[in-house]
Order: sequence, then structure tokens, then C-alpha cells
Amino acid sequence: MKEYAIINSRLPKVDAWAKVTGDARYTDDLTMPNMLYGALLQSPLAHAKIKRIDTSKAEKLPGVKDVVTAKEAGLVKYGVSPARYDETIFCDQKVRYIGDEIAAVAAVDLETALEAVSLIEVEYEELPLLLDPFEARKEGAIAIHDDFPNNICAEVHQEFGNVEEALKTCDYIRTDKFVNKKQDGAFLEPQSCIATYDLNGNLTLTSSTQTVHYVQRTVAMVLGLPIGKVRVTKPCVGGGFGPKASANTIELVASLLSMRTGRPVKMTFTREQVFQHSRARHQFFHELTTGVMKDGTLIALKNVCHMDGGAYSSFGIATVYYGGSLLGAPYKLPNMKYDGYRMYTNKPANGAQRGHGGVIARAAWEQQLDVIAEELGMDPLELRLKNMMKKGDVTCNDFNMSSFGMEECLEAIRDGSGWKEKKGKLPKGKGIGVACGFFVSGAGFPIYRSETFHSTAMIKLSEDGGTINLYTAAADIGQGSDTVLTMMAAEAIGVRYEDVRVSSGDTDFGVDLGAYSSRQTLMSGHAVKQAGEDVRNQVLEVLSRNLKIPVEDMDIKQGLIIFKKGKVDFSGLRSQYIKEHRGWVDAPSGDELTFKEAARVAYFEKGVVVGRGSYKPGDLGGKYKGAAVGTSPAYGCSAQVVEVSVDMDTGKITIDNMTDAHDCGFAINRTNVEGQMQGSLSMGVGEALYEEIKFDAKGRVVNPTFGEYRIPTALDMPNVNAIIIESNEPNGPWGAKEVGEGAIMPTIPAILNAIYDATGIRVRELPVTSERLFMAMKEKNKK
Amino acid sequence: MKKIITLKVNNKEYEVAVAPNRTLTQVLREDLNLPGTKCGCDMGDCGACTVILDDRPVNSCLVLAVQAHNREITTIEGVADGPNLHPIQQAFVEHGAVQCGFCTPGMVLSAKSLLEKNMDPTEHEIREALSGNLCRCTGYQKIVEAVKSASQTMKK
Ligand code: FES
Ligand code: FES
Repeated sequence: MKEYAIINSRLPKVDAWAKVTGDARYTDDLTMPNMLYGALLQSPLAHAKIKRIDTSKAEKLPGVKDVVTAKEAGLVKYGVSPARYDETIFCDQKVRYIGDEIAAVAAVDLETALEAVSLIEVEYEELPLLLDPFEARKEGAIAIHDDFPNNICAEVHQEFGNVEEALKTCDYIRTDKFVNKKQDGAFLEPQSCIATYDLNGNLTLTSSTQTVHYVQRTVAMVLGLPIGKVRVTKPCVGGGFGPKASANTIELVASLLSMRTGRPVKMTFTREQVFQHSRARHQFFHELTTGVMKDGTLIALKNVCHMDGGAYSSFGIATVYYGGSLLGAPYKLPNMKYDGYRMYTNKPANGAQRGHGGVIARAAWEQQLDVIAEELGMDPLELRLKNMMKKGDVTCNDFNMSSFGMEECLEAIRDGSGWKEKKGKLPKGKGIGVACGFFVSGAGFPIYRSETFHSTAMIKLSEDGGTINLYTAAADIGQGSDTVLTMMAAEAIGVRYEDVRVSSGDTDFGVDLGAYSSRQTLMSGHAVKQAGEDVRNQVLEVLSRNLKIPVEDMDIKQGLIIFKKGKVDFSGLRSQYIKEHRGWVDAPSGDELTFKEAARVAYFEKGVVVGRGSYKPGDLGGKYKGAAVGTSPAYGCSAQVVEVSVDMDTGKITIDNMTDAHDCGFAINRTNVEGQMQGSLSMGVGEALYEEIKFDAKGRVVNPTFGEYRIPTALDMPNVNAIIIESNEPNGPWGAKEVGEGAIMPTIPAILNAIYDATGIRVRELPVTSERLFMAMKEKNKK
Repeated sequence: MKKIITLKVNNKEYEVAVAPNRTLTQVLREDLNLPGTKCGCDMGDCGACTVILDDRPVNSCLVLAVQAHNREITTIEGVADGPNLHPIQQAFVEHGAVQCGFCTPGMVLSAKSLLEKNMDPTEHEIREALSGNLCRCTGYQKIVEAVKSASQTMKK
């Protein structure tokens, strides 16, 4: 493989120093002069008509600067997909879940704002509650949204090949059901924002977001501002995982309050509000029917899925498509039929979370494949190897596996885990399980229909040539895009890592659709690579004219100009540089011409030296309805082996070992890739074993705390043997593709399959708490 | 009624007037302008607000500022020695123990407090000491590796 100076290494993250010293600033750490604090009035009822709102007492409270309701905010509808804009800033006629927003206050401090909120009087008329998605779609159920009389927010019907015919030819067919529970993103930083509206009519919104671009569009549209007047910027963001990938209520409310008061307004969610706002993993009810031949060849899959959507659409339209399309790979599958339904209920809206829409389908199917392997007397790992797609294969739903190191992943985990020595040979109470998965490397299309570039980048050289400023609107939410893009810029130009200064996450820096669908390494990366090459060429061209050496005879490495044909006299350039910078400490020295000196020459000729890059995917496959959800320029894939111990008396599950291989195409930063794998796996462990949002009969979340909504701690996670597979993706920059979400795909089913191996019990309801497993073991012993 | 209290934070004395219901997290972040201490839940569940109070790591969101009167407090801003990172911080940087970084200040302080008592902790002891600090990003492995490596550096 080619040697690189910067990429494919383990450089520390660009923001690590700031983050370990406490210097890093997140939104809630910031204040503005004259800033007001906002607070929300949210509905205490899950479904009710609003009869009357009286804000007069709140308005009179000293320190209150503004009180707003739907009357002041207007009723412009917004959401994620333009096809389902079903939210307004505040509820007008009715509330749809506990937490639905009714009014807001801006005051001189938070206590005053909260007190004012408590003074707002609302009269409600309760409506019948719909908490169960199957109840919601019954004939005669009350409509949660008037436009959707049967409460079906979206449905999808797709068929590739002919499933009914194909099933007739199968030797073995089985049907299984599977269900998970509503989850929470559980990022550590609650959403926060500060809106500042100035006298020139410009709105600057600083927010804890994954997607500055979409937030900019939504805020501008809802508040009636020209897009160019709205700037959205993010400081450090404390995790997102999906729920921060679209505009939220406080971003809109703080902007509105700032526009009305002329003062900056800060709003921050409490942890309970994070749970109420939600927009995280849906609850899915899958019924899968799979048909195979005796030798294990997969023939057909029928997938019926019902989803509890909650009160609004959020990302749900994409989710309901992903619930089907993400089973199209990684196995050769000629026939696939999918019927998906997303229902409105009176619960917090569900949206996107790591592995969007595909995680539960994957868990259900990989467990079913395990059952099938056993019924056929095959090793489950062999069954997978037998059906595995290869590079160049195209799925029945038209996804092109332009690179696909799935076989390498399977072999790596088989050998890395000692599968052959362990499978079928572990004592009772110990088990081993395997599963696979794949994921998009960036959504092939933006959320709104558009010809827009998906990512742009700009690289500007400082006039002294010593600093390379990279500007991108891509969002580092912890996953490390600032680091990866900095490395890419340095590699493309030929300078050192520390010479590049990245500024990111700001709509003023260009367009980038943001941190979702595992897109930034590939898409933002392409734009940055292009911008870097552009700058490099510009500098070399000027230098070429100046020194009369052809561009091809020069190169840039580690910040030095390499003259391939031997020594060149550049003493004129050097002495000029030194003369101009007398008194500065960083005068160039040594036998080589530095990039800095060369860039200074380019500055003399051009004044501004800017490299530009922009990327959008080329033509992607799939002409059928819904093909936009799941098509991607590339696909990452992974395989995992998990080993568990189960206490046969209590049902307590301990994860002993995890072996994970992920094909990320090419690892720009190896440490980051492992970090994404380990983090994905820990989220998977939480979802498999603990995480469940619980509701009471009134629709209230009863566990909106980290005390009662349990995520894995340092004691729950084992060390992960993380194996990086590099398949060199032709559509990725330097061959790179995703790792951030795909790595979670096999985790839940590998755990389920290991639990079965340890106990003989198939659990088809998540999470597998020790209580649930204990009851299942008791049930089994009775039989 | 506000009360005047003295807080000794990172070897510096501050005199502040605080309302009796203000938490130490709030006073550190808002009154002393030390926002390195993070607030992830405000309920004692996540550990993001961990500071060292008289040699013990505590969730500062559960401590009233008045309770910290006259006591020694170390926040993340007081861990490095000027421009020189503490070995734990250095190890976090080198081992990729930081992703979003929101848990990092609390993690570093819990680790510091552990290593001050136990120079050579086992992996399990490290995991136990960090078990009150939630991290959603890393899966903990690189954090544990960083603490282990820092303990080796600090022994030298
Ligand atoms: S903020 Fe104090 S424990 Fe979470
Ligand atoms: S690094 Fe994000 S929570 Fe730990």
C-alpha cells in the first residue's frame, strides 16, 4: 500500500488538548452581554384541546421581557422531510404529547423565566389517548393529526423480485417476530442554543447541532427570514447520534425571542426535556419471513414492519424506508418484499439514531439467520460466508457494493475470536454469537429535493504562508471530523498536520449537510481533498513560473518543497522572506525551500490564495419510489463475535469479549476508527441489555433520568478487539468510507445469538434485561 | 438571602455571594467563570460535573455551594501545570480517550483522584473508579487504557 505522510496514522485529535484542559467551549458555556434566558411551557397532557391560554400574569412578573405563544410565533409548518412538515413552533389547537410546547418566556435570568412559565394559565379539554401504534391505526381511532385520519404517518410497499413465487421454491421457510423499545440518544450534552438578532436584521444562532445547514434553512423558513440573514454555528458539541440532526424547538423559540426583544437569548434543555424532545430510535415491530435452500442459500425475505412514530414525523419518513432497505445487503438476496407503516401516537416523536432505521431490522434478521443455520445443521458463520456479497455486487434494491470487505471481516473475527475452538464447545451459561451488518456512507440525496452540493470546502493560505486555514461547515460532534478533515487537508497539500487550522460547523463557511448518515469522511472529505489539491497546484504553478521549473518536477512533503531533479537555487526567495519578517521568530531555515516561502510567492502574485472543493455524489442506482433512502456512493460493512456469560440462576448477562471487524475502506485516523467501533458497540450493548423508555398510562415518560434509563458504564463494557479492514473504496477520498454507524449493526444480534448459545433461549423482545431472561428461563424449565 | 462564602478553587481563594440553593456546579460555571465543569443531568447521575472536593471526587451538581465553604476544590481548569498537561491529560490525548469531550473533565478528575490513592490500579479498579462517569461516545476502552498508561508514567 502507498505510504502517506499524515493519513492512515494515529495522530491525536485536533481538539483533544482543549477538551482535556476544560478549555473547550460548548454552547451552554457561552454567554453574551445583555443575554436573556428562555424557558418553555410544555403540555402536562398527552392529548388535549387547548381551550384558552392566559399569559397576563407571566407578562407582569418583573424581569420578564417577552412571552410568546402560537399567536406571536405564527403557524408555519416545519419538520424534517418537506413531505411531512407537521410541527409548528407552538401548539395552536391541541397538544399531542407530554412535553409538546405551548408557550415560552424570555427573562433576565432563568429563575424568573421559569417562574413566569408557571404563571401561564392553560385550560385543556382532554382527548382520548393513543399510546399503542396498533390501537392508533384501528378504524374509528381519533386522529392525532387531522390530515392523517387513520394515524398512519407514512407507509411503504416495495418488492424486488417476486417473493411469493420464490418462497414456493424454498426448502425451508420460517417466520419470526421481533420488537424493541423506544430509546434515547443519551448524549451527555443536553441541547442548548443562543440566538442573537442584530439591528441589521441578521440572526446568529449558536447551537448544539449536528447539521448547521438544515437548521439554517428551517429557522429561516419558519421565522420568515432570508436564508442569507441566518447564520448557524456550532461550538463543541457533546455528542448527537441522530437526535441533534434537525432543527429543534429551542432553536426556533430562542431565535423568535431574540428577534422580538433585540437581545441575545439562551435556552438549554434539562435532561428531562432531552428525553421528552427525544427524536431518537423508534420502537419497531418486525415480522420476518425468510426462505432458504437446504444448502443455506438465501432466496427470499418478506419484511413487515410497524413503527411507533410518536406525535410528529421528525425523520420518520426516512426511518420507515430504512427499516426495509437496510436488509438488502450484505447477503446475496434475489427477492425482497417490504411493507412498512409508521403510526402517530401520543408520545414524544421518534427520529433518527445511529444506524438509522436498520438496527432493529438487522437484530431481528441476524437472529433469524442463526435459527435457520441451526435448523439446517450449518455453522452460522459458514452460512453467512456462503451468502456474502462481494465487491461489485449490486443488491436487489439497487445498492452498488463498489467495495465490500465483508468476507475479510468475517474471516478476521472468526480467527480473532477463536470461533472454531469455542462454537458449540462452551459450557452451559457461556455462549458465543456472530452477526454481520452494513451501512450507507452518506445518504445519496439531501433531505429536501435539491441539486445542492452535499459538501463544500475552502482552504485559504495566510499571507505569510505559514498557516493553512481550512473552512468547512461539516460538524464535529465528537466523532472527529475536524481531525480527519485536517489530516486530509495536510495530506492533499503536503504540509504538516500542525500547519492546518480548521474552522468548521458554521454556515458562513459553506454548505455541508452535516453529521448524519455517516457521510462526512467520504463527502466532506472529497471536498477538502479537492480544495487541498487546488491550493497545492496554485502554489506550485506560481513557483514554477518564478523558478522556471516545471510543476511535474516538484512535490510538497511535510511542508517542504521537493525538487525532484536535484538542487535549485532559491536563495533570492529566502532572503526576501527573511527581510520581510525581520524580528519574527519563525524565519525559514535549512537546505530546503519551505512551503511557507512558496506560499508567500503565491500570495505576491494572487493576493488571495484560496483552494476550493465541492462534492455531490454522481448518478446513483435505483429508479423506484423510495430509492433515495439507502442509496449511497459507498457502503461500509462489519462482522462481530460476542461472548457472554449468563448467570443461570438470575439471568444476569455479562459481556465477556467482543471481536469486531469493520471495513471502513481506508482508515484516515486509525485511533478514531477504533473509537467509533468501540463507541458503536457500547451503544449496541445498552440497547440490547438495558435501554428502554417507559411510559405510564397517561403517556408520561417515567424514567427520564440516567439513573433510571440505564446506559452502559465502564463496568459493563468489555475491551473490544477492534480489527480494521481496508477495502479501498473507489468512490471515497483515498478509498475511505464510513465507520460511525455501521459498526453498531451486528452488535445486538451477536449478543442475542450468544445468549441463545449460553441458555438455549431465543429472546425476541429488547432489551434483554436479566429479569426478562430470568422469566424466559423459568418458562422454558416449566415445559 | 445570599451568603458570602469562600471557595478555594485550584489553589485560589474566591469570595462569592451565593443564594443558598445554588449548586457548586452553577457557582463554578457561572460565578467563577470556570465552565470546564460540565452539567449533563443536574441530578447526580452522569458524573460530568465531577470535581475533587477535599481529596474526594464528588458530583458538584449535588453539592450546594455553601457546603463547599472554606474547602479545597480542584476543577479541570486546575489539573494542568500551566502549559504542561498532567500525565492523565497527556495520556487522554495520546490514547484517543476523548471524543465529544463532554465527559472528559469529569473522567480526568475521577482518574486523578484514583491515582492519587492507588498508584498502580488494576483494570478493574480503574473501571470501578470511573463507573460513576458516563460516556456515550467511547465505549470506555481508550479511557481505561489512558488511565492505565498514565499510572505507569506517574510511577516513574
Ligand atoms: S451533572 Fe452532576 S452528575 Fe450529571
Ligand atoms: S467522549 Fe462523549 S461522552 Fe465521553
